Amino acid sequence: MERRYVQCDRDKCTGCMICQFICSAGKEGNFNLEKSRISVVQTGPSTVTAIACQFCRNHPCIKACPRDALSADAATHTLKLDKARCAGCGWCIEACPFGAMTLDDSTKSVTACDLCTNHAQPRCIEVCPRNALSLYISRRGR
Amino acid sequence: MDSHSGKCLAVDLTTRRAEIRPLPQDLLRLCLGGVGLGTRLLAEWVAPGTPPLSPDNAIVFASGALAGTMAPCSSNHATVTKSPLTGFLSTSVSSGHWSLSLKRAGYDALIVTGAAESPDYVFVDDEIVHFNAAGHLWGMTTQRTSEEIRRHHGDDRVRVAAIGPGGERQVSYACIDDGYPLSHRGGAGAVMGSKKLKAIAIRGTQAMAVHDLHRLEKASLALNARARTAPVAKNRQSTALDCLLAVNKQGALPTRNFRESCFKGTAKLAGKDDSGYRVVKVSACPSCPIACRGLLQAADGPYAWAATTLDYQTLAALGPQCGIDNMPAILKAAELCQQYGLDTVSTGGCIAWAMESFERGLLAGEDAGGIDLSFGNADALIEMVKQIGERKGIGHLLAEGTRRASAKLGRGSEQWAMHSKGLEISGCDPRGSEDQALPLAVGLGAESDDCWLCLDSTTDRRSNPGSRNKAREDQATLFDSLLLCRQSEDCFHDFLSEAADLYAAATGVGLSPTELERTGERITTLKKSFNIREGWKRSDDCLPPRLLEVAASARKGKAGELAEAKLKAMLDDYYEARGWTAEGLVPHQKLRELGLDGPPAMGKGK
Repeated sequence: MERRYVQCDRDKCTGCMICQFICSAGKEGNFNLEKSRISVVQTGPSTVTAIACQFCRNHPCIKACPRDALSADAATHTLKLDKARCAGCGWCIEACPFGAMTLDDSTKSVTACDLCTNHAQPRCIEVCPRNALSLYISRRGR
Repeated sequence: MDSHSGKCLAVDLTTRRAEIRPLPQDLLRLCLGGVGLGTRLLAEWVAPGTPPLSPDNAIVFASGALAGTMAPCSSNHATVTKSPLTGFLSTSVSSGHWSLSLKRAGYDALIVTGAAESPDYVFVDDEIVHFNAAGHLWGMTTQRTSEEIRRHHGDDRVRVAAIGPGGERQVSYACIDDGYPLSHRGGAGAVMGSKKLKAIAIRGTQAMAVHDLHRLEKASLALNARARTAPVAKNRQSTALDCLLAVNKQGALPTRNFRESCFKGTAKLAGKDDSGYRVVKVSACPSCPIACRGLLQAADGPYAWAATTLDYQTLAALGPQCGIDNMPAILKAAELCQQYGLDTVSTGGCIAWAMESFERGLLAGEDAGGIDLSFGNADALIEMVKQIGERKGIGHLLAEGTRRASAKLGRGSEQWAMHSKGLEISGCDPRGSEDQALPLAVGLGAESDDCWLCLDSTTDRRSNPGSRNKAREDQATLFDSLLLCRQSEDCFHDFLSEAADLYAAATGVGLSPTELERTGERITTLKKSFNIREGWKRSDDCLPPRLLEVAASARKGKAGELAEAKLKAMLDDYYEARGWTAEGLVPHQKLRELGLDGPPAMGKGK
């Protein structure tokens, strides 16, 4: 399956979190950095990078889910969540090697990057002031 | 008022109690936030004449309406207190993750009063406030303290603003390090030290709702787009060095304690290849598209691995002011200042004063602790920063700031104590321009002054320096009260209407550009009123004798030197433009006009 995700050039990333602001504004209607689908993480004393769902080939999150709430959506190249099934147990968060899944405390369900399918391109890529973010597309092993 | 939480957290260290109190809407509308709100709260919470280092003094950390939103360069907070250095108001604006956490914890302001019996640190976890013992942290550098506290709580979202050994020992110009060390002036760190408050840790996790998300997003993105082409963004990390070169070219670079105004070593400092440092990382504060902070690291030599961010003020104070042309040494000194929690500008000013005293034979041998305090001695600079931070030897004298140190030393050393109201002068040599001299003389809140070279393009040429300074001061006050970073000034085409738009989108309160301008004037008057209350007199608005009596070396024979009569005329113009009396006092009618004559909105006991 084609793999798409938002990737970050850590040499360009300044840690300004504008991607997080715009993501939470678009998805949640307010500025809540915790609920952003992309997050800026410090990876070293002076290195920061932004991480979003990498849509891994082996889908550790889907495998980890005990209630089969997660599945891969081939059409949009994103994770699909069945909210009715998700109980917010957090197994997918544990399984994610990138820390890209977040738990929404208020609805007790998880969220991950959906690549802003209703926009021309993910909004974080659009607003990044240093052009550190880009959309990675890999067709290997299709 | 959507993005204002309308709440203020009052922490009393003596009783170890914290209280969440509502902030009246009118107050927020009148004072906006940041410096405006902070000054107002400080005036109401601190009785006139309170000694700065007594438990009765308060520190107010004030957030703003735009903090926590995506408005560009908005993650700032203002630290307002009565300064131990000047005895007047001290306002310094800082930015970074701590500011964001303060806002996201749900507070427009955090007021700290009282004093703890033994070292404490306060942990604000949204609405829960913990008072924790900090005995094990006492004596640690600011960064170690921050690391320890964050490790203890095991959460990266915990952000820490801490004082270092300098603040603990109440060095008059100690600052609070919240992760982004720049020149924070006025000595808020000493006030925190006198309260035995080692640090304030905050974990803020709340969502920030705004009045009109779409409008704010649109306005912010338009500004972000302009930031890509703004000069400050183009220059990025080299801003400080470019500024240094430009100021030096104009012959306005304070050199060797203002004895000269042109420094030969700038070429060596700004040299691209052999200056002995590298840029490790360019970083930005939350929501900032400019990213002005370059982490510089000394590459080799005795100061290898010293790493810190430099702003122009720091560079000028620790470099040319002390005659140092060795970049790694400046980096090392700036890094030490950060670790000890010292304001870099005042530290540089004090060391320059000590160096001049040494060269004139006033601080010889024993007094100087056997250090060769000649201008340009990099090792002496490093050693002096350490001694000031630990208050050892001559550092004990210098820790008082140049005004008190020169009074103690006497023998004419007041002549070269370069301060205004006790605050060391920084940046540009005011002899070069009346537009620089006036703000230095009348400075109200110990904020780091912008230099006139960078401002010339943005302020219109009004009739006299007095009204020019009024307009500029009011605009700067608005930046500090809306808590927009002054670096973003280039991004605005029409500051008043665009700022009003951002404010309205965030809070739902529509202020017209005229009203906003009025608010700037109101807040400046508020600051002034505080100083008058604390015993300000017209004679305090002055410059050191050296600047008034001696012409700058590089400008000899040229026009533009200052004289006492000229300064007096400028002050007259300025007070008149402001509508103040000839003595510089604010008439009651002016207060009424600006809506400042009401009863206290949120007094301490209420």
